[in-house]
Amino acid sequence: MPTPLKILVPVKRVIDYAVKPRVNKARTAVETAGVKHSMNPFDELSIEAAVRMRERKNPPVDDILALSAGPAKCVDVLRTAMAMGADRSIHVEIPDAGQGQAELEPLGVAKLLAKVVAEEGPNLVILGKQSIDDDSNQTGQMLAGLLGWGQATQASKIEFDDGDRVSVTREVDGGVETVRFPLPGIITTDLRLNEPRYASLPNIMKAKKKKLEKKTLSDYGVDEGRRLKTVRVEEPPPRKGGGKVEDVDGMIAKLKELGAI
Amino acid sequence: MTNPGLRREVINIYKELLNLGKNYPQGYPYFQTHLHKSFASQTGLQDEKDIRKGIERAEYVKKEIEALYYLKRYRALRRRYGQA
Repeated sequence: MPTPLKILVPVKRVIDYAVKPRVNKARTAVETAGVKHSMNPFDELSIEAAVRMRERKNPPVDDILALSAGPAKCVDVLRTAMAMGADRSIHVEIPDAGQGQAELEPLGVAKLLAKVVAEEGPNLVILGKQSIDDDSNQTGQMLAGLLGWGQATQASKIEFDDGDRVSVTREVDGGVETVRFPLPGIITTDLRLNEPRYASLPNIMKAKKKKLEKKTLSDYGVDEGRRLKTVRVEEPPPRKGGGKVEDVDGMIAKLKELGAI
Repeated sequence: MTNPGLRREVINIYKELLNLGKNYPQGYPYFQTHLHKSFASQTGLQDEKDIRKGIERAEYVKKEIEALYYLKRYRALRRRYGQA
């Protein structure tokens, strides 16, 4: 009989993928006030992965716990996660000091998650491979390091064999790689793992009744000291338009001018 | 429409579609007016079979919109993060 899974899915609230981010006036961060936010798309993939494991029932899934650390509005993201199929959630509140200054760094998140894992006892953590705002791609790896668990990053396929082993197909440069590790372990999701469902209206209603715990960083004894300092944030330079050449000679002259030939 | 159960079903699918429309690319007002119009154009349906067919069509549209959202996001992300 395979061990039942207890899955922890950390999710992040980020600026919606469809919004074009703007740099703030002080050039220290991206403007977040009054901008549409939603769940990090890679985290949606991990929630979906967890819910599909439950639907497959082999091995059985006991619990899907969603967790988010951030300002009060992260609750919306957790509600979405629960509408998609998570059982309960924890919101670690970090009062927003404005303009993302209070946001945790990947190491801070990993330390927090390590504490949550110790307390809640999940045997599988599924994370998005990276968030679309910081693009750090570090949290899953750091958590695996802190816990000493096996990890499979950039998963595009997840399979369970008997005896509590997980086979994960990973997307790597120029192909795929399959790794296998025993539980407990960590998986980070890539874009082609699954197609996240759209939370239906009845499920959104049901999610309002699911349990949502409020915690703070001090409950877990994690200090949020920053190690990184953002020096400057700049928008990419505008694209320069191309030019047309009259004929072959014109093209060759242009290439010579640019030093290509 | 005399069948209250059927009426409930129609209202439910209408609400679901409205909820989906919140993220519609051309904006919610556009979606809302068009959805209302297309439902209003079917008010004359009396036969249960016809109404069932209408609900089925609404379900189909719902699936299409979900697929539209998924693909839009998938393509945006693939463009941003390249072919792995």
